[in-house]
Amino acid sequence: MSKSQLIGRTIAELHSLIKAKETSCLEITEAHIEAIEKGDERLGAFLSYTFDQARAAAAHWDERLSNGEAVPLLAGVPVAIKDNMCEVDTRTTCGSKILENFVSPYRAYAVEKLHEAGALILGKTNLDEFAMGSSTEHSAYKVTRNPIDPDYVPGGSSGGSAAAVGAGFCVTALGSDTGGSIRQPASYCGLVGMKPTYGMVSRFGLVAFASSLDQIGPFARNVEDCALTLLAIAGHDKRDSTCLSQSYRDQHAKPALTKAFIQEFKSRSAEENLKGKRIGIIKELIGDGIDDDVKAPILKAAALLEKCGARVEEVSLPHAKYALSVYYLVATAEASANLARFDGVRYGHRNMDAAELHAMYYATRNEGFGAEVKRRIMLGTYALSSGYYDAYYKKAQQVRALITADFHKIFENFEMVVSPTAPSAAFKFGAKSDDPIQMYMSDIASIPANLAGLPGISLPCGLADSNMPVGIQLVGRPMSDASLLQAAQGLETALDLKLVAEKIKSN
Amino acid sequence: MISIKDVQHVAKLARLSLTEDESRQYAEQLSRIIDYFDELKSVDTEGVEPMSHPIAAVNVLREDEVCPSLPREVLMANAPLRDGNFFRVPKIGE
Repeated sequence: MSKSQLIGRTIAELHSLIKAKETSCLEITEAHIEAIEKGDERLGAFLSYTFDQARAAAAHWDERLSNGEAVPLLAGVPVAIKDNMCEVDTRTTCGSKILENFVSPYRAYAVEKLHEAGALILGKTNLDEFAMGSSTEHSAYKVTRNPIDPDYVPGGSSGGSAAAVGAGFCVTALGSDTGGSIRQPASYCGLVGMKPTYGMVSRFGLVAFASSLDQIGPFARNVEDCALTLLAIAGHDKRDSTCLSQSYRDQHAKPALTKAFIQEFKSRSAEENLKGKRIGIIKELIGDGIDDDVKAPILKAAALLEKCGARVEEVSLPHAKYALSVYYLVATAEASANLARFDGVRYGHRNMDAAELHAMYYATRNEGFGAEVKRRIMLGTYALSSGYYDAYYKKAQQVRALITADFHKIFENFEMVVSPTAPSAAFKFGAKSDDPIQMYMSDIASIPANLAGLPGISLPCGLADSNMPVGIQLVGRPMSDASLLQAAQGLETALDLKLVAEKIKSN
Repeated sequence: MISIKDVQHVAKLARLSLTEDESRQYAEQLSRIIDYFDELKSVDTEGVEPMSHPIAAVNVLREDEVCPSLPREVLMANAPLRDGNFFRVPKIGE
């Protein structure tokens, strides 16, 4: 089998090729390394490569599979991880100069789980510095380009992971989503991207941005691969005290996400997966501020949901319009506290010229952080400072409670809600980088799910006037990750889009 | 409106030293962002409990047991400057 035939495959396809002995984990690895070596200089998806580790893992799994062992969930599947997740023996930079030479002494839980599941990790992907941004233009190292059209941003902050999956450099990838950083780039690159329920995946080893919002999740080229990757990384981890306990999962995740459940919904028709589902369409996120060429494919997809037997009705999220303000207050306040640890003492960059400790702190942080990170630290510090705490931070937390209550009210009658993932399709480089508020606006539709801790998934549903993809977002009740994936599968089957698959072939 | 003096005060709290140009730029940008946030003032939040976390937080406790940690050498490997098993820093205070 030629190397190029191994690119753009799904997990199920790779596994049947492995089982039929038509290829091996090592061959799959080499094919993807070749694709990266050919294309990544242009795209800039990766910050570092871990090819040798991937080769060693591939050889390990080939041997175990040849001994007749069962194929684990992600055996032989090339993956990439966002560079804010710790991995040993390679750098973890967070896209920041302040961690330029940082090598983590331990692995993130999600990364451990990928290794256990047999995944082949090819490298660490580019991101906006400390995941603060919506275009991957704010990395201290380089920009990442959209694999569908290199003049466009891939979205952010997990733009490197999105570009790597979209370009066929890997099959799935991990990102982190604080205000849309998985779903928005998935939407811009024509991929499936999911932010699970808060607490579904341990944050151990994920460098913290805003701890009450951050959640790790997968990118994939289809819903099934997204579900399998989430299944591999989900689970209780005692090292993250906000990670949901096994008994809580057993009690509330109904249906539970299992391989059998995924295989079952994959084999069903769109109608079987969608019939009888009560789906709300959020009127505040389909009106003003949403581009017409985004609205059109969303409304078409909503009609398709109905045609497949779902009951779609307009619902209201009356406090949605405040989500952006709430988010930027809460996230920056938490970030200003989380990023206080970067002081040049124990790890990371240090200014070596300062003769006194405090001068060293200032010089280290000034040199280490980029403009957007400083802006957010300043904003968060201001919101938490004496005299402004009640007016901004506390007020934001109260409105956060109201937004969450809006969702729970909707969920009394509906299983999930749909909206655009982002108010516009991908934009060109530089289009929003001078105006922070314009950039922040690109998260308006994805932020509410983070504030309320809800699972959200984005999948491609059509094209904007620019011929760039438009993503539709499904947001469900807490712990409904499996049902949400099932509905997403139904919509994916009904839409029958082949955006990315065709793009990979044409490259 | 956030003044340049406010910006410099906040920068000090955040251990960031800004040039005058940066202070002016941040004063202008942060003022615009904070003005935007003022929309929250119109929301009636009387009696609403502030939400600090998506999970109703309860204390998560573990047994107080001695368990292995990473070797010292591994943890010291990222030290920008060290003196044996200590992190070395510049002198504290003038």
